[in-house]
Amino acid sequence: MARVRRRGRVVGAVLAAALGVALAGCSSTGGLRAEQERAAKSAGGKAAVNTPRWTFAMVTHSGDGDTFWDIVQNGAQQAAAKDNIKFLYGHDKEAQRQSELVQSYIDQKVDGLIVSLAKPNAMKDVIAKAEKAGIPVITVNSGAEASKAFGALSHIGQDETVAGEAVGEELNKRGRKKALCVLHEQGNVGHEQRCDGAEKTFKGDLQKLYVEGTNMPDVQSSIESKLQSDRGIDAVVTLGAPFADTAVKAKEQAGSKAEIDTFDLNAQVATGLKDGSLGFAVDQQPYLQGYEAVDLLWLYKYNSDVLGGGKPVLTGPQVITKKDAAALQEYTKRGTR
Amino acid sequence: MSDTDAPPLQPAGPPAKSDGDERLLHRSLARRLMGRPELGSVVGAAAVFVFFSIVAEPFLQASSLSTVLYASSTIGIMAVPVALLMIGGEFDLSAGVMVVSSALISSMFSYQLTANTWVGVGVSLLVTLAIGAFNGLLLTRTKLPSFIITLGTFFMLTGLNLGFTKLIDGTVSTKSIADMEGFDSARKVFASHLTLGSVDIQITILWWLALVAVATWILLRTRVGNWIFAVGGNADAARAVGVPVTKTKIGLYMGVAFAAWVSGQHLLFSYDAIQSGDGVGNEFLYIIAAAVGGCLMTGGFGSAIGAAVGAFIFGMASKGIVYAQWNPDWYKFFLGAMLLLATLLNAWVRKRAEEKA
Repeated sequence: MARVRRRGRVVGAVLAAALGVALAGCSSTGGLRAEQERAAKSAGGKAAVNTPRWTFAMVTHSGDGDTFWDIVQNGAQQAAAKDNIKFLYGHDKEAQRQSELVQSYIDQKVDGLIVSLAKPNAMKDVIAKAEKAGIPVITVNSGAEASKAFGALSHIGQDETVAGEAVGEELNKRGRKKALCVLHEQGNVGHEQRCDGAEKTFKGDLQKLYVEGTNMPDVQSSIESKLQSDRGIDAVVTLGAPFADTAVKAKEQAGSKAEIDTFDLNAQVATGLKDGSLGFAVDQQPYLQGYEAVDLLWLYKYNSDVLGGGKPVLTGPQVITKKDAAALQEYTKRGTR
Repeated sequence: MSDTDAPPLQPAGPPAKSDGDERLLHRSLARRLMGRPELGSVVGAAAVFVFFSIVAEPFLQASSLSTVLYASSTIGIMAVPVALLMIGGEFDLSAGVMVVSSALISSMFSYQLTANTWVGVGVSLLVTLAIGAFNGLLLTRTKLPSFIITLGTFFMLTGLNLGFTKLIDGTVSTKSIADMEGFDSARKVFASHLTLGSVDIQITILWWLALVAVATWILLRTRVGNWIFAVGGNADAARAVGVPVTKTKIGLYMGVAFAAWVSGQHLLFSYDAIQSGDGVGNEFLYIIAAAVGGCLMTGGFGSAIGAAVGAFIFGMASKGIVYAQWNPDWYKFFLGAMLLLATLLNAWVRKRAEEKA
């Protein structure tokens, strides 16, 4: 009994101490309070239309806890709030389960579907089923070449090859000779296209490096050892914003002079561009992909409007350098860029 | 699932005649039911089914149930041999990527040799069975735990999948074989669906049921079934009484390989192109299905029907969460919690059964 009481006292003391530290150590910058102030400044999500409350579902090939898709979702939710839409979201990185998810939304008779086509062949049949059930489909992010053939209304995204080519040209502009393209998701066709596109336009030599994107320490040590073993590398291109920061750390550890450039954007990348630790970023505006997908479905349901004239609606590439970084810092913080 | 077969390890006799005292017979039936490994999972499945019927409005539609059954079958086909393997006291962590390996071999062999797709299917069967035999041989020769052996195979296959695909195709996914001879007939076998009224019944569901039936027959009605229980219960004792332990274990691994081949061909013929990076992590789903279905981690106890029910629970949960329109972020938490609950329920039911027996 005595032991139990003593333990109770210890726990109480620890809790009291923790609370004390939390109260005494208030931060005057950043944190939740700053975030709430920012949110208060931006518009509140109220419907701006009087159309019926339709249900749209988005199914992507995202893994668990992916920053990029989080921003896509933010855009979609913002548009859904404006357009009086009930928005559902599902994702699975495995092609088969992604198509099962689409099927289960068809079973629910949603009013519109938004699908990413990273693995087009796996989604073909289920999208045909959606159309048979009279559900309009818009494809986002990847699969531009398959979108029209599958009978989707429009495709919203970035042509990965074009984006890669933009990177290659930017590297030429910066006088780089030997670049490293870091692929963080083995088996992703879009990633391969990015590196291949960069290789096509880049006048120097480009090498590919595969890393385990779900394991950051592994990403860092892989890039590090590559930079140590090949001192000639003067540019590292990462394919996702979270990996840019890691590449910077790896470069510092390896004592390399390489410039770090990246696809996509997040708060760290914006800061990195501003302070010069990163060269440039190529953004595909994920917020726009989510926002436009929901909005275009709404336009189709409301007014039979279709955007793109049978061609993909491109949201990128947008090359971002030091001069744009300041404005984007604020937007990345609120999770819309 | 009122399976009134004689309990394992007893010679199969004729069913008891219902003459004499009916109460006696009735009690023994109840007692036999209590002793079945899958009882706990059946109770769990009923609970999950009722739960989602209440919280998810579209769940009870025929089309939704066929989606649930399809999702269950893709896990279930693999869960059957994995359950047998677990009853035999071993694990296979390479089962998930082996499915994708099998599909890749089939696709690339057909494409590169411009052969009829059935040639690729046949070669894939041989190679996949060889991978299974390799697992089993390594296990019985080295006496290392199966966890280590198959972890090694898992990594090797993951690397081979990607390495070979890049080497041969130049990209990370295979080229389309949909326009080749034999594709359509193979699709009929591995990836077609029957339409009953307005409902699609995927052929994988039939494969799944057939595998469950065969595995149940092997376990309960054949000598091999007794061997599987024996090597899982106590391998040394089994060897002492003349059970071919090595052969049994290699056979069990080849059983997993066979099912991986079926699943792999399904992937290939329903989606045509295969992503070399898929399949990682699925091995745990198969183990979850088998464990929820009453297979003991220590071997010697379990059933194929239980594994099927386990896969069905998994299918209901994974799709039920979507039908209920919950946030999918919590899905894995739910899955883990369900696994723990189902296994606890199993343990409790088994304890009750042992007390009564």
